[in-house]
Amino acid sequence: MTKRSHRFGLLGLVAIIAMAPLGFPNAYFYDVATTAMIQAVVCVGLNLLIGYAGQISLGHAGFFALGAYGSAILTSRFGLPPLAALAASALAVVTLAFVLGRPILKLAGHTLAMATLGIGIIIHIVLKTESWLTGGPDGMSVDPFSVLGLTIDGDRAWYWVCGFLLALAVWLSCNLIDSPVGRALRAVHGSEVAAQVAGIDTGRTKLLVFVVSAVFASLMGGVFAHKNGFVTPDLASFFRSIELVTMVVLGGMASSFGAVAGAVILTLLPQFLAGFEDYEAVVLGAIMIGTMIFLPKGLLPSIKALARRRVRS
Amino acid sequence: MSLLRVEALAKEFGGIHAIEDLSFAVTPGAIHSIIGPNGAGKTTLFNLITGLYRPSSGRILFEGSEIGGVKPCRLAALGISRTFQNLQIFFNMTAIENVMVGHHRHLDRRFLPSLFHLPAVARADRALKAHCVELMEFVGIGGYAGAEAGELPYGALKRLEIARALAARPKLLLLDEPAAGLNPTEARAIDEVIQRVAASGVTVVLVEHDMKMVMGISDHVLVLDYGRKLAEGSPAEVRANPAVVAAYLGIQP
Amino acid sequence: MAAQLLQLVFSGLTSGAIYALAGLGFAIIYNASNVINFAQGEFIMIGGMAAATLVAAGMPLPLAALVAVAGTMLVGMVLEKLAVEPAREAGTMAIIIITIGASILLRGLAQLAWGKGFHTLPAFSGERPLAVAGATLMPQSLWVLGVVVAVIVALWWFFSRTLFGKAMLATSYNRLAAELVGIGSRRVLLAAFALSALLGAVGGVVVTPITFANTDAGIMLGLKGFAAAVLGGLGSGLGAIVGGLIVGLVEALAAGTLSSAYKDAIAFVIILVVLIFMPQGLFGKKAVDRV
Repeated sequence: MTKRSHRFGLLGLVAIIAMAPLGFPNAYFYDVATTAMIQAVVCVGLNLLIGYAGQISLGHAGFFALGAYGSAILTSRFGLPPLAALAASALAVVTLAFVLGRPILKLAGHTLAMATLGIGIIIHIVLKTESWLTGGPDGMSVDPFSVLGLTIDGDRAWYWVCGFLLALAVWLSCNLIDSPVGRALRAVHGSEVAAQVAGIDTGRTKLLVFVVSAVFASLMGGVFAHKNGFVTPDLASFFRSIELVTMVVLGGMASSFGAVAGAVILTLLPQFLAGFEDYEAVVLGAIMIGTMIFLPKGLLPSIKALARRRVRS
Repeated sequence: MSLLRVEALAKEFGGIHAIEDLSFAVTPGAIHSIIGPNGAGKTTLFNLITGLYRPSSGRILFEGSEIGGVKPCRLAALGISRTFQNLQIFFNMTAIENVMVGHHRHLDRRFLPSLFHLPAVARADRALKAHCVELMEFVGIGGYAGAEAGELPYGALKRLEIARALAARPKLLLLDEPAAGLNPTEARAIDEVIQRVAASGVTVVLVEHDMKMVMGISDHVLVLDYGRKLAEGSPAEVRANPAVVAAYLGIQP
Repeated sequence: MAAQLLQLVFSGLTSGAIYALAGLGFAIIYNASNVINFAQGEFIMIGGMAAATLVAAGMPLPLAALVAVAGTMLVGMVLEKLAVEPAREAGTMAIIIITIGASILLRGLAQLAWGKGFHTLPAFSGERPLAVAGATLMPQSLWVLGVVVAVIVALWWFFSRTLFGKAMLATSYNRLAAELVGIGSRRVLLAAFALSALLGAVGGVVVTPITFANTDAGIMLGLKGFAAAVLGGLGSGLGAIVGGLIVGLVEALAAGTLSSAYKDAIAFVIILVVLIFMPQGLFGKKAVDRV
């Protein structure tokens, strides 16, 4: 993407975020939209790893859950101020991602997929089991988010906070992609050998993007915890991790806006299909298969390519 | 003083001796060619020099320091660059971005300045882009500056790889079959590019099958056969060497 | 104490045998195409669920088992034709996502068809436990071990004595060369999926009397089967068998002596440890990249 199309897209996104509430008849819409935006930020981070750097993670919900539980436990059980808890959890996730990432990123393809899967599931099991700390399978409640005496309370407030965070995340990721670090990322995906020969430490680059995407997930996990007031271990489930990957794949890999689109679509879809619960797995599976066969680049890049071809002819 | 020196280099894969007891030197400022039948070990040799393989034994010295087994990304910093026999273009980027990646080790690669798009990073990138357009013009593909890498024809892609390698400001440039798959006109154009590169002060070592090109532009030729040195010398000396003629160029009637 | 340990060993070998079957399924498909079939676990689940519901509807057990296994093989082949083949040239990432999607799709369909409850099969030769050296052994466990051994022997005969089996092996060594001598790699891949589905379904049928069948069971079984395959060395049949038994034993012993809550985590810890410290597994070969 060119810088101009990034800027255009970001403005469009901000406009949509600012004006969408005009069409919200009640508070519930704010709630759904906020959830979609939280997922979107996680997907923007995950897209850096999957779409741009060409790696894969089937355990990212684990990082999200660690951030959520970190905020929950540190504020509700240890009385830390929410901002500090957010930072501390993020730091813990950085450390974990760094320590685990170094050896497993040397793998590729399915072996990397399985290793990340293993991490996510182990986190899920630990959260379910250590109930003295986490409240067990039933979860635990979370104190509301307050900083400098101000409390963020209510669906509307959270909508604007998350809208700001989404715009910020997209801005940061667009910056990154167009920079030397971003080019190095994409080079690793394009040809690892050529990237090394050009002087890029591919191991370090992959680790960097893995840690960054884990931090995006962790921070949004903490945000979600305070917004929702409650966290459960299922936040780390394999299904949640797959959902995140599907969002990125559907919306468009190597496109931050695509990742946002994918997150929004898959968060809103259940709302439109009543009784969707039973069909959720079938639809998700069908979307994953269908997208990879028919739209391997994802929705947004495919639409862009179609538009470009129309313009040419 | 030689820029690159290889001493008693050997590389085995299982029981196969891809390179055996190879010694030669590359003098700075000259164009060196390595020729030999398929399977003679030429690409293996390049992979050894650029750190993609570890030597089984022997030494590789660049500007006097041992580089055998050093990670490829560190060799770029020392001044070694290469192109690939089977193109390793970044098809997920534009042509100009491909060239810009070549310059990677000279840039501010820190994470936070990139993340926040600090003015210094933006300025450096703008300057780099202009420089890379010049590089693309230097190798003769200036017209493709705005294109996606996937849109370039094969001949242009070969030259794009050379531009990318040059963006690293190398002292030593290794070209692995730069004329492979090109028609005679395109091959002549690559010929000119190589000579221009050498004239600009870069030491060039190329692996090639195109005999006309090799004999025409080389200052020094090394002949490999089954991983061993068969002969070396000036083009004229090599051409007259009976062992080379028999093994590679064909028995004269 | 020794009796307790023996008990755990029996339990571990039984589940290990099922993991071995699943691991073999992974190995066969991986050898035919370098694809990791994430839906392998669902084959086990479908086999067990189908047999259970057929028997509950009145069909005699042997027939129900046959129909269940045949039906699962059909599912496997449809999966290969509709989801894997169209994406053959699409790259590793695409295939991973497709097989994960397939596993989710199959589970969703199974839940629509059979609901979320537990179903069971009657034990093949009764419920009376046998006493062995102070520990009790369920006869069904002997069935599991016996059937798995029989299947392994049959597989060995297939791959080393029949023409098609040898053709499949040839494809795993060098797909292009095999194609050039007339072995269609597409047919081989289809057969690989059918075979893996068969292995999974047989495992599902024979273990259901012990563990009960449930539409959610596929994921964990599949992933533990993958742990077996990875531990043994992806692509090695012997490795998958040994790996499966080791995973089963370690799981049972750890759950019995350390902490039963973390039983499920064992297999994933094994996956991580193997992938980090010896990615080629016990019997696999180290890969060399050509540039």
